[in-house]
Amino acid sequence: MTLLPKDHIETVSAWGMNTHTTGYVFRPTTIDGIKDAFALAREHNRTVALRGSGCSYGDASLGSENIVLDITRMNRILSWDPVKGIAECEPGVTIKQLWQYTLGDGWWPYVVSGTMFPTLAGAAAMNIHGKNNFRVGTIGDHILEFDLLLTSGELRTCNREQNAELFHAAIGGFGMLGVFTRIKIELKKVYSGHLRVTPIGVKSWREMFAQFEKHLPDSDYLVGWIDCFGAGAQNGRGQIHRADYLKQGEDPIPAQTLKVDHQELPDTLFGLLPKSIMHKFIRPFTNNLGMRLINFLKYLSSVTVTDGKVHDVTHAGFAFLLDYVPGWKYAYLPGGLIQYQSFIPKAHAEKCFADQLTLCQQRGIVPYLGVFKRHRTDPFLMTHSVDGYSLALDFKLTKNNRAKVWALAAELDALVKAAGGRFYFAKDSTLHPSRLQEYLAEERVQRFLTLKRELDPENLLQTDLYRRIFAPTAK
Amino acid sequence: MATRFQRALVVGASSGIGRAVAQQLAASGCQVACVARRAESLGEGTRCYSHDVTHYAEIPALFQQICQDLGGLDLIVFAAGVMPAVGPDEFDFAKDQQMVEVNISGATAWLNEAAQRFGTAGLGTIVGIGSVAGDRGRAPKPVYGATKAYLDCYLESLRNRLGPKGVKVVTIKPGPTDTPMAVDHVGKKTPVDEAARQILAAAETSGGIVYVPGILKHVFAIIRALPSPIMQKLKK
Repeated sequence: MTLLPKDHIETVSAWGMNTHTTGYVFRPTTIDGIKDAFALAREHNRTVALRGSGCSYGDASLGSENIVLDITRMNRILSWDPVKGIAECEPGVTIKQLWQYTLGDGWWPYVVSGTMFPTLAGAAAMNIHGKNNFRVGTIGDHILEFDLLLTSGELRTCNREQNAELFHAAIGGFGMLGVFTRIKIELKKVYSGHLRVTPIGVKSWREMFAQFEKHLPDSDYLVGWIDCFGAGAQNGRGQIHRADYLKQGEDPIPAQTLKVDHQELPDTLFGLLPKSIMHKFIRPFTNNLGMRLINFLKYLSSVTVTDGKVHDVTHAGFAFLLDYVPGWKYAYLPGGLIQYQSFIPKAHAEKCFADQLTLCQQRGIVPYLGVFKRHRTDPFLMTHSVDGYSLALDFKLTKNNRAKVWALAAELDALVKAAGGRFYFAKDSTLHPSRLQEYLAEERVQRFLTLKRELDPENLLQTDLYRRIFAPTAK
Repeated sequence: MATRFQRALVVGASSGIGRAVAQQLAASGCQVACVARRAESLGEGTRCYSHDVTHYAEIPALFQQICQDLGGLDLIVFAAGVMPAVGPDEFDFAKDQQMVEVNISGATAWLNEAAQRFGTAGLGTIVGIGSVAGDRGRAPKPVYGATKAYLDCYLESLRNRLGPKGVKVVTIKPGPTDTPMAVDHVGKKTPVDEAARQILAAAETSGGIVYVPGILKHVFAIIRALPSPIMQKLKK
């Protein structure tokens, strides 16, 4: 028996550093290289997990003891039309590469995540959303066309007319149907490198929802930060950031603000502290007491000094909050973190989120960060989105609290289920297979699995997430 | 005892210390691959692989297979070893060769695989079951002691190679333990379950050389320092 090449062994970790696996990592640069990896997997009876930059919080791009196909080296921008704002990219092109390429011409991606490092293929496979989901939909809504390499070696071009069913299933299909090898995406025309940002302090969920509803009709971005330590009447306290594009003519020198250099995130805080070492300073605060204090101080400033202070911020500075303090997640070591994000239809969202935070507080496991967003539905088969709201909660993991956090997640799932909510594979670590069909209609799951059997009859494409949630269902 | 190990491989799991270690790991919720000549189920949480450690050519593929079956590997324990009875005036090369093949070559073939994998991945724990017999060349067991001295030196090298990469390498030196191997030993013996408990505790917390029971650390500090003329006068 021949062996898998030992020099391809690598530790492959979840972005939240909550799971560390070992896989045989291959980084092809061509379509033939991908096919070679498929052949190797077949020869050794292994599966293939597709991975981009590995920005999913949980196990969505892990393939323990199997082949991990990392597409980050297929990262050329194949064409760019600065008149129409349309780019054709290889799958490993990152959001960072894309905006840095196009912004000088006055174009910004419609949809970006909170970090600029995801690849377009990863973003498409998870069908990511941004703080403007309610206005522009998901990234899939702005993908015009893609090529998908099936495990058979066939390359299938998909758009809204051609192979429309596959188009709507592979976007959001978490890498289970094929490998994106080319993605054509439209961008948004912008007339300034700045957004106009309005911070709004809120004292409760009631205010949070009321302010969102008030600003929804005419704002371009809305995101809420929640101090999860706020209890009782103050449950849901926090701050909203509203951001709007500047209209043509509002920015006196757009050529200046649209420069990539101008967008660079500052490398110091308060003009003094190097941000690269900030995570070391945060670390002493990553406990219940420290985080209660930090959240409270932030809340206090949001309802006092910063409330209503309109100011201009660069696109990158507003969009990529997760990159603002590089390496902040290392403050969560050694246990790492998970994020629990649920998407709740608007009628039940306020009560559900208040109940979620109350439950966390009762269990003594309070999230250190809460982020609140508005969403809308989209036409993709495995969509996570609803006409409603989402709340993303960051939980610190320790050596001893893992089982407790998972038990809490199961209790939260029950609240989400009762409210008709949904989950998101890019964030998930805790979902149990029995709960999958409760949130995605049975019929959708079956349609997806039928498509997978048809396109990948050997079940070659698998991730640890797929094995965790779907394998019991697929049998 | 709950351990942080979730997936472990025990070579030489059918009897003695290896069996007790495998059972305790499984009882703590760890998935355990048990490799032994006599493949015999050790119950829930264990998988058995029938293998003779002197069949060196099988090892690389079997190791990859086990890692796949377990879904990863956090810990390897090499507990296979032979100690045929050797008379005071006996110099039987066949017996000696058998010890070299199992205790030295078998250990090297298995632990090299683990060392390469753990070193590349930057994590993992390697435990080798040596013996106090490897600390000095004593009269009764010339080759057995020498094979354990080899293991001591080999594991020290692995520790020096892999420690900086985040891999823990633990050398266990049990004294007389109540196992089939020590059936002829007269005198006090550590119960095998207690030995296994101390071994797993050491695997979890310390890296380095650990005597079982711990008191032997001090006894053998003295024995290692004894001058050769005194060693010649010792009967055992």
